[in-house]
Amino acid sequence: MVEVTLWGSLGALAGGNSKVEIEAKDIRELFRKLAEQYPGLEPWIDKGIAVAIDGTIYRDTWSKELPQGAEIFLLPRLAGG
Amino acid sequence: MNFDPRFSGRKFTSVGTRPIRPDGVDKVTGRARYGADFNMAGQLVGRILRSPHAHARIIKIDTSKAEKLAGVKAVITAADLPDLTNGDAAMYDVLDNCMARTKALYDGHAVAAVAAIDARTARQALKLIEVEYELLPHVTDVDEAAKHKAPLINDAIFTEGLEEKPVKPSNVTKRSQFGHGDVHQGFGQADFIVERSFKTEQTHQGYIEPHACVANFSSDGTADLWVCTQGHFVYRQHCAQLLGMEASKLRVTSSEIGGGFGGKTHVWAEPVALALSRKAGRPVKLVMTRDEVFRASGPTSATSIDVKIGARKDGTITAAEATLRYSCGPYAGSWAEIGAMTAFACYKLDNVKTVGYEVLVNRPKTAAYRAPSAPMAAFAVESAVDELAKMIGMDPVDFRIKNAAQEGTRSSYGPVYGPIGIGPTLEAVKSHPHMKAPLGENQGRGMACGFWFNFGGQTCTDLNIGMDGSVSLAVGTVDVGGSRASLSLVAAEELGIAYEHVKAVVADTSSLGYNDMTDGSRGTFSSSMATISAARNAIKILRERAAQMWDIAVDDVVWEMGHAVAKGEKHGNLGKLSLKEIAVESGKTGGPIAGHSELVADGAGVSFATHICDIEVDPETGATRVIRYTVVQDAGKAVHPTYVEGQYQGGAAQGIGWALNEEYIYGKDGRLQNPGFLDYRIPVCSDLPMIDTQILEIPNPNHPYGVRGVGETSIVPPLAAIANAVSNAAGVRMTHIPMSPPRILAAIEAEREWSK
Amino acid sequence: MAGVAVSTTINGDSVEFLCQPDETLLDVLRDRLGLTGAKEGCGTGDCGACSVILDDRLVCSCLVLGAETEGRRVETIEGMAHGDTLHPLQQKFLEHAALQCGICTPGFLIAAKDLLAKNPDPTEEEIRFGLAGNLCRCTGYDKIVRAVQDAAIVMKGA
Repeated sequence: MVEVTLWGSLGALAGGNSKVEIEAKDIRELFRKLAEQYPGLEPWIDKGIAVAIDGTIYRDTWSKELPQGAEIFLLPRLAGG
Repeated sequence: MNFDPRFSGRKFTSVGTRPIRPDGVDKVTGRARYGADFNMAGQLVGRILRSPHAHARIIKIDTSKAEKLAGVKAVITAADLPDLTNGDAAMYDVLDNCMARTKALYDGHAVAAVAAIDARTARQALKLIEVEYELLPHVTDVDEAAKHKAPLINDAIFTEGLEEKPVKPSNVTKRSQFGHGDVHQGFGQADFIVERSFKTEQTHQGYIEPHACVANFSSDGTADLWVCTQGHFVYRQHCAQLLGMEASKLRVTSSEIGGGFGGKTHVWAEPVALALSRKAGRPVKLVMTRDEVFRASGPTSATSIDVKIGARKDGTITAAEATLRYSCGPYAGSWAEIGAMTAFACYKLDNVKTVGYEVLVNRPKTAAYRAPSAPMAAFAVESAVDELAKMIGMDPVDFRIKNAAQEGTRSSYGPVYGPIGIGPTLEAVKSHPHMKAPLGENQGRGMACGFWFNFGGQTCTDLNIGMDGSVSLAVGTVDVGGSRASLSLVAAEELGIAYEHVKAVVADTSSLGYNDMTDGSRGTFSSSMATISAARNAIKILRERAAQMWDIAVDDVVWEMGHAVAKGEKHGNLGKLSLKEIAVESGKTGGPIAGHSELVADGAGVSFATHICDIEVDPETGATRVIRYTVVQDAGKAVHPTYVEGQYQGGAAQGIGWALNEEYIYGKDGRLQNPGFLDYRIPVCSDLPMIDTQILEIPNPNHPYGVRGVGETSIVPPLAAIANAVSNAAGVRMTHIPMSPPRILAAIEAEREWSK
Repeated sequence: MAGVAVSTTINGDSVEFLCQPDETLLDVLRDRLGLTGAKEGCGTGDCGACSVILDDRLVCSCLVLGAETEGRRVETIEGMAHGDTLHPLQQKFLEHAALQCGICTPGFLIAAKDLLAKNPDPTEEEIRFGLAGNLCRCTGYDKIVRAVQDAAIVMKGA
């Protein structure tokens, strides 16, 4: 079980929760279960969400493991120059 | 992939040196080929017809006269670029921006295009295309557009991100929010509060090379595209999608790029050139004029930002809040969102809240510009921080040091920071001689901090070892400012050979796997990671070949300083084998030796900078002069320090132009008044002093050499640093960028009036 | 429109070409003669990327007609090095990393060459004003000014 923090706008779509508990071992499972439990998040996940694990931002790595006790933070994907 | 990206703390031989870049001689002799320097046999000239109206419905386009003109080989409209985006809203916007479908949404919006035998014929043909428009009310100002009564730009847009779904369409496409704690409670604990509103005007990336491409669509359904771009693989995907091609049938070659700064991350005219070539059956060269670059390619957002910050008497910030409105052009974007994330990222805050609003306006589609959205947010926040320090009676550097984020701080955008450089840049500034230098009359000093995320992303690199022991490095990230030099250094470092034996090239889309764009300061970060990985894979093979040459077990062979070395007592009499010695025999030991790497470079370290500047203001005219400028920034590890300095100086110079001069000026008719370098004035040599730099190296734990991106952060602090300096020099707080002489003079006169 | 036959000297070589009366020297160089070292950044004489020297005078080739070069001498970036020996300015631009993207570099080198020909020992301010007609968006000009200063020293010693 990992605790996932959602950024402000995303929380509103997850029933007003800024933190949710998810049983997930990696980023892929996290996205799948988030979409199952909070259907409102699915379009955002499809559009692309970044996952910060202990402060390090990951974008495209489904297999990235979510260590127990790690801080998991969802962020919007960004554009850069 | 068992590549270990963690920082290893090794000692460097090549990395950190300053050799001459491999593409240098071509660039000083005029031989380097940029977007417009390529030609094909039988090529036509492509030109685009653009809307003169800010907002208009397209009733009818009659191309018949143009088609009949001798020498015209193709005329296209949106009908020749059918919608193949299949519900992908972002791509539909890209398509509509390339060629308006039902409405022209800004002055400069493409409505038709021609391909003709020469430029003169193409220009004549454009004049023969008849477009019937129904003019619609327009809005170009970000605050006006956000009002309820503003003309609607797209009536299918309802604000996203609101708790209750809106019933009416709006020009505000999205609301986003970040933060933690309770700002209301935080402000309750404050002894001092600063609350102010700020505006920044729209600027252009201002690359000197206009967009240019040559498209060659063949009758067998394949195509080639030569183009100046920051991301040829992304251009391939977008063009293939818009033209209904398989990506592998479109080969995109990136030319040398004459500046991008984010503006060449987006397709503008390339799908049009391909569609023209498809219709004409001949290659088409399409080069934008400078006027077109300004009117129709990616400017940054204009913004309007409200900031409120509170602190206790001891200088501790108790709460910080900002509302940010960013213009997106006529299509939805996420620019305010990024501003909302970066605004307070430098500080350790218990109570922070930022809200961003994306606003549609009848201006060109906003594109990324170097650390997009961060400079404007930093301008507002760092101006307020300076004012608050003054109110409390603290030195602005000490005030920032007291509140600076550290390792373990929860960032204002959410996650907790690892090792970061904001504190060290501030300490470096505090002890920098610039801070103690005397100031003359009418001169003021300002400083400010800035933050940028930095990206990683998909990256693919090939490293091939020739039979003479020299190394070809093929990378897929476009070299915008010297990365072929830095990546050659990295390959040399990892293999243990001399820099001179490595030759790096940017491979085309058919020669290498997919790579994300060179954006988000990721070029050297990501491709160096992939280069290290590829080199390690090559070393594995080199060890195997050495083992074969010695006829011993590969586990007994290690790689040290460019040589295979046999370890263990029984191999005591074996000498070393150099990379070259192994390569020479490669034909007999299993064939070519190469290392490949395909990876997602994650863990780009966030980056911070602090800038100092001295400005002289003429109180009679409002004219300004930059007297001295210093950049202090964390690079993680500077692979080629000279080019890191160059990034620091270039970002500062762009920021100076933005702060003091540059702005898009629209008339009441919604047309851009200054689409040229004469009236949109970017800094020239005589406007600037030398720009001093100090590189700090706080290693990124997620990169083998500790590298962070360096390209973008340097444009984040200047707006605020200069605003603080001008405010100190003129004795009046400046809240509107650019601080052009009339604005400064008006502020000085208002202050004189008020103090009478 | 009938073409104009032009005889001129480019980088020391006699060159003959046919061009339209309204065709710029920049277009002639790039499109007819294959000399693409001069760049078009604006087409209005504001950026200096197309700088060439016409009879010892620095000009923006986008503001000169091809036909105007009849009987005159044109120097472009392609003629700056002697064989494989770079001009000291070219060498110093490389050593100082006075270029990032490099699109403005040919124009800067031509303008700097003209500047040093007229003022072999310029102050920093003279260099900055001498090169104010050339735009660079990448470097902030710092390393360009240093490269020109260093080249001036080398050229005085030569």
